[in-house]
Amino acid sequence: MSTWLRQHSQTLVLTLKRLARNPFATLLNIMVIGIALALPLGGYMLLQNLGRVAGQVTGHPQVSLFLARDADKTDIAALEARLKQIPGVRALRFISREQALEGLKQSGNLSDVITALQTNPLPDAFVLDTGAGAVELQQLEPQLKALPKVAHVQLDSAWVKRLESLLALGRMAVLILASLLACGLVAVAFNTIRLQILTQKDEIEVSKLIGATDSFIRRPFFHLGLILGAFGGMAALTIVYLCMQILNRRILELAQLYGSDFRLSFFGLPDCLALLAFAAILGWLGAYMSVSRHLYGIEPK
Amino acid sequence: MISFSQVRKSYRGGHEALCELSFGIETGELVFITGRSGAGKSTLLKLIPAIERPTSGTVLVNGQNIGSMRRAAIPYLRRNLGLVFQDQKLLYDRSVFDNVMLPLAFTGHTHKDAARRARAALDKVGLLAREKANPITLSGGEQQRLCIARAVVNRPSILLADEPTASLDSASAAEVVEMFRSFNQVGVTVLIATHDEALVQRLNPRVLALSQGRLAR
Repeated sequence: MSTWLRQHSQTLVLTLKRLARNPFATLLNIMVIGIALALPLGGYMLLQNLGRVAGQVTGHPQVSLFLARDADKTDIAALEARLKQIPGVRALRFISREQALEGLKQSGNLSDVITALQTNPLPDAFVLDTGAGAVELQQLEPQLKALPKVAHVQLDSAWVKRLESLLALGRMAVLILASLLACGLVAVAFNTIRLQILTQKDEIEVSKLIGATDSFIRRPFFHLGLILGAFGGMAALTIVYLCMQILNRRILELAQLYGSDFRLSFFGLPDCLALLAFAAILGWLGAYMSVSRHLYGIEPK
Repeated sequence: MISFSQVRKSYRGGHEALCELSFGIETGELVFITGRSGAGKSTLLKLIPAIERPTSGTVLVNGQNIGSMRRAAIPYLRRNLGLVFQDQKLLYDRSVFDNVMLPLAFTGHTHKDAARRARAALDKVGLLAREKANPITLSGGEQQRLCIARAVVNRPSILLADEPTASLDSASAAEVVEMFRSFNQVGVTVLIATHDEALVQRLNPRVLALSQGRLAR
C-alpha cells in the first residue's frame, strides 16, 4: 500500500514537473479544454439562474376568477363559501370592481383614460392562491368554471408552461452542447497524450527493456490526463466566474430599473467539485484511449 | 541457467536467423558469442529477455519457458537480467544519476535506498564523479560504462551485452571487458556478443561461434 502510494505520488510529481517544463504548451492545452468546457458551463449557469427566477415567480400559481356582472352580494358570499371548500385552494382574496378600478387609476399610465369613463367596466373578481403545479391547475379549471356566477377563469399556467418548456429547451441545448464539447475534451486529451507518448518513446522503450510493467508505464499518462482535465475544469470555472462578474454589473443596473436586486449567482461548492471530477474523468478517458491505442505499438526491437 | 534446445527463429519474410540451435549455459559462466554480422548473435541475445520469441524449440531462462511466457510476466523476467546495448539506449533528457535510477523506479525501493544503490553502481563503473552530468557530454566509453551501471543496478543474475565494444577504441574496449569480467567473478552469468576476435582470444573464455544461425564449433 505504501509502495503503491509512493509510486503514485512520485509519478504525480514527475508529471507536474514535465508539464512545468513546457509551460506554454501546457497553458495552451488547459485553455483549449477550459474554453470548451466554459461554453456549456456558462449556459448551464444562466439556465440555473433563470430557473431560480421562474421558480420565484411561479411558486404559487394564481387563478383569477371574474364574476358575472349581475352577481350581487349574496352570490358573492355563497361563491366564497363554495371556493373555500375546494381542495387545492389555499387562500382567496376578493377584489371588488371598485377596488380594481382604484388600482388601475393608481398604476399610472391609464389614469386619464379611466377618469374619463362614465361607468366602471370592470367585474368583481376572486384571486385564488393554489398550491398546485401547472397540470393540477388545468384540472381545477373546469371545476371553477362550473360554479354559478363565474364568467371567466384566468389561469396563469399557460405562460408558466411556456416558460417551463422554454427552460427545458434551453437545458436540452446545453446538454447537447456539453456532450459535444465533452467529446472535444476527450479528443484534446487523446491527442496531447499521443504527442507525449511520442516524445517519450525512448524512455518507454528503455523502461520496457529493463522490466517496467505496462501499468507502470501507463501510469504517468493517466495522471497527465487527469491533471489536464482537472486544470481545464478549473480554467472553465474561472472563465465562467469572470464572465459572470462582468455581466452582473450590467444586470444589476437593469434589475434596479425594475426595482429588483436580481443578479447572477455562481455554482455552489458541490457543483464546482462535480465539474472538476467530471472534467478529470474525461481527461482520464482520453488518456486511456490514447494509451491503449499507442503504447502497445512501442516495443523494443 | 540458460538452455536452448532445437531453437529456430525465422523473421517475417522468411529470413532464418537461428536454426536448430542447442546449447546450455551454467550459472556463473562467462560466454562470448562470436560470428560475423548477420550470423544471429543479436537474435540469440534477444530471445533471452523475450524481446523476440522463438519460432520453434525451447528457450529456458531460470527454468522459465520464454516461448510460452505470458506478456504480463515478461517485466519480471527482465528485472533479473542486465541488458547492455550497442547503442546504449541512454536517456538524454536527464542526468547520469537519473539514468541509473530508472530501473529502481518500479521495484519498490525507497528513494534513499535507490539513490544509495545507484551511486554504488556508478562507483563500480567509475562514473560517480559525473553523476550530475548529462549523458550526451560523456565519451563513448563512458556512455557504455553508464549503460553497464544501469544494467547492474538491480543486481541481476544474468548480464547480456550486445556488441558492447563495437564503437569503442581498444583501450576503452579493454576497460569495458574487464568490467564484465569483474562482475563475472562475483557470480554473475555474463553473455557477450562480439565480432572482435582479438578481444576473445586475449581472454580465452568459452565461445559460442555462430555462422548463419548455427553453431560453428
